[in-house]
Amino acid sequence: MVIKRREFFQAGSLATASLLLPRFLKAFERPAIVPQGNKVVVVLQLSGGNDGLNTVIPVRNDIYYRARPRLGIDKTHAAMITDEAGLHPALSGLKGLYDDGSLGILNSVGYPNPDRSHFRSMDIWQTASDSREYLQTGWLGRYLDAQCSGCDHPTQALEIDDVVSMALKGDKIRGMALKDPRRLYQISNDRYFRDILAGHSSPAGKPAAGGSGVHGGNEGGAVDYLYKTMAETLSGADYIFEQSKLRPSAASYPNTEIGKNLHTIASLIFSDINTRVYYLSLGSFDTHVNQAAQQQRLFTEMNDALVSFVADLKANHRFDDTLLLTFSEFGRRVGQNASGGTDHGTANTMFLVSGGLRQKGLINGLPDLNDLSEGDLKYQVDFKDVYATVLNKWLGANDKSILGRESSHLGFI
Amino acid sequence: MDLSNQLKNQHLLWRAGFGPMAEDLGALASGSPKSFVNALWKASDKPVNSIDVADNMLKGLVMGAGEIASMQRKDLSPDEKKQLRKQSQQDIKSLNLAWLGEMVNSDAQLREKMALFWHGHFASRNLNIFYQQLLLDTIRQGALGNFGDLLRAVSKSAAMINFLNNNQNRKDHPNENFAREVMELFTMGRGNYTERDVKESARAFTGWGAGLNGEFQFRRGQHDDGQKTVLGKTGNFDGDAVLDILLQQRQTALYITRKLYRYLVNDEADETHVEWLAGRFYRGNYDIKGLLQDIFGSDWFYEPRNIGSRIKSPVDLLVGIRRLLPMKIANEDVLLLIQRLLGQLLFYPPNVAGWPGGASWIDSSSLMFRLRIPELIYASGEFHQQPKDDDDQMMGMKDRGQGGEGQNAAGENAGGGKIGGGKGFRAQAGAQMIRATIDWSPYLKRFEGIPREQLMAAIGATVLQTPAGISGDILTKYTDSGSREDFIRTATIRLMSTPEYQLC
Repeated sequence: MVIKRREFFQAGSLATASLLLPRFLKAFERPAIVPQGNKVVVVLQLSGGNDGLNTVIPVRNDIYYRARPRLGIDKTHAAMITDEAGLHPALSGLKGLYDDGSLGILNSVGYPNPDRSHFRSMDIWQTASDSREYLQTGWLGRYLDAQCSGCDHPTQALEIDDVVSMALKGDKIRGMALKDPRRLYQISNDRYFRDILAGHSSPAGKPAAGGSGVHGGNEGGAVDYLYKTMAETLSGADYIFEQSKLRPSAASYPNTEIGKNLHTIASLIFSDINTRVYYLSLGSFDTHVNQAAQQQRLFTEMNDALVSFVADLKANHRFDDTLLLTFSEFGRRVGQNASGGTDHGTANTMFLVSGGLRQKGLINGLPDLNDLSEGDLKYQVDFKDVYATVLNKWLGANDKSILGRESSHLGFI
Repeated sequence: MDLSNQLKNQHLLWRAGFGPMAEDLGALASGSPKSFVNALWKASDKPVNSIDVADNMLKGLVMGAGEIASMQRKDLSPDEKKQLRKQSQQDIKSLNLAWLGEMVNSDAQLREKMALFWHGHFASRNLNIFYQQLLLDTIRQGALGNFGDLLRAVSKSAAMINFLNNNQNRKDHPNENFAREVMELFTMGRGNYTERDVKESARAFTGWGAGLNGEFQFRRGQHDDGQKTVLGKTGNFDGDAVLDILLQQRQTALYITRKLYRYLVNDEADETHVEWLAGRFYRGNYDIKGLLQDIFGSDWFYEPRNIGSRIKSPVDLLVGIRRLLPMKIANEDVLLLIQRLLGQLLFYPPNVAGWPGGASWIDSSSLMFRLRIPELIYASGEFHQQPKDDDDQMMGMKDRGQGGEGQNAAGENAGGGKIGGGKGFRAQAGAQMIRATIDWSPYLKRFEGIPREQLMAAIGATVLQTPAGISGDILTKYTDSGSREDFIRTATIRLMSTPEYQLC
């Protein structure tokens, strides 16, 4: 191996400052300030356009029930959090987080001139573009570009998947994707790949397979870029695998895809890995037909996995440094359709889950159903302001250069 | 350094097409690049055969009723509509595979290569197979003709009009989507027009719509025939007049030329060359053929810095392998899965700007998967990667874990060999495999008579366009040294499983 391996020591494994305070004092403190450098963001993408109005239900709003005679969720079934709002019945665990002060809810999050196509709106959310521009890099990818030039391991952002999302692709650096550290390690441990990588130390000096003088192609450039990516992938696979074994989570998680994925993430959070951002998806929330059953199933999976994840983080004193946020490419229309479902809408709800929230519960009001745009919610919070807040206040990054705009920072962290 | 004709010819075939065909290998060393250029034109000048994959059931349901499409039709039952959507999606898959097959087998390599360029340039997503098929035909027919004609035909296609919402662009409620993309993506590029130009152009395009049969319709009642000012010109413009104004801008020639240069020559555009080409393209009234002749006729096209410098697109990679190693694939659907995993599924561009290309093809996952593909083909190895869901395609149905593409059932022997340990031909649950049978005979023929000690060099010179930084020792270590044929086969697969092979 030509790749140097250097351990990354971070404050991440140390107890957080808040733990050192007596419990009675802690109760009077604002959330403790955890040293920057060990805070972690987990982005949970709800693919397909989750129905926000049946996620945080406006139980005292007649317009809601009139628009959804069949799909509206009755107050008696909802997991009530305030007089006005209840969570979807499957989200009982999130209600527990709400009671605990570790759930924040942002309503009516969106962007101007909303697009109702899945792929375009997802593209807008992942690249953090406005709806009239096309960017070829993702918001977390540009974070990598800004934070990670010269990093030993390209593992600052990991996606738990087989394919890297646009969100994690920067101009120079791309996040890595993996389903399972062990499998990534096994695949990347192919001896042939290791050998050709080791043999590539000097592209020009080696006798070419094509024989000297046969080829006049340029050396360096694209070839070096490919070998560099290969080297980073193989060393990243080693590094992630080693870290995943360091302090593996012993907690039990539901035997679902999202359960396994959050379990993998927990083990990595407990390690000394340099990862700051984790990304995973759940879906499909595209509930044109028979919404009730589909949303119930997906929310049950999400709820149960999140309950295990939060308990695990708390037990390992990492809940205060971990911020999980959910988003979806759009919400759905206020009115139900004729097939027991809802069609593509606009603004939507985001959940924020952390032990370190400064604003909790319903951070802004419920959507105003009296003020719709052609049957759709109007956005109140630009999602890019949420990103900017996370980048700036949680990850300590320059959100202006990453997002290319002047943003309002919100107060939830 | 003088470059060999073989290298130059392969360069031309990779850029003006999808790489050399196994049968062509013998002629590569002797023929001049010029003769290959002429052959490419001769093949691509032939009339284009249209691809028609639309299912008869679909035609019966909709055309039998006297009109195509409209999946929203009131007289169809919900079940029939659902069936329509499903069949349409299935047919788009067939369209994908049929076109991919043309890229592999057609002599009209230059036409198909350019059609792929325009397919990305005029990117459009549409779940209607008829609209997709019509647009593909427009693009393949016009790929080498006049850019102005092509722009006009695409702008009036049902696929584009629906995709960019021009059916909703009406006199009193202009929808700017189409006007904006025409300027930003199809002609001039960002920064060369104002928001006001977009607004005024949108008014000119009001009334442009598509009928149910996919035919262009001008709806006079919805058209705003008032005065507009676009890019400094004022008049009672309609859509055609605005397209004329856009074509009068030299910037349009420059924008198209630069993009094409990056596609055919080098991702790093040489602005001197681009300027020269664009000037001639502009003065030649946007004759695409002339522009291509200028590119392939230039000495700089064959300069070392332009050879082996481009990262192959996933389609280049897949088609290129199939041309060099002709094969029968029992489960062709697996090719759709691979396209998705590698980030280029034909007919599903990531957004209206098309596939960005170049370095963006490569990330840790896509690179490692690319490196494994030759072995997966050769040894019928299993892979477990799942692509991301596409909600625009799935309509709320989860497609993970359902197998489908490329899964289950036993395949025929894929040619043996020791690479990958020959895991057998039945994929385990959740695993995928490529059930391919390679016909090695035309490829092996190329290496007849070459002494064993020169074989590796000869294979390398055929497979790669850039010198391998891999020592012969390593390659030999991983190559089957048994029979001559096994040596050639395994060395070829090994050389294809390198970063170098990702380049052309």
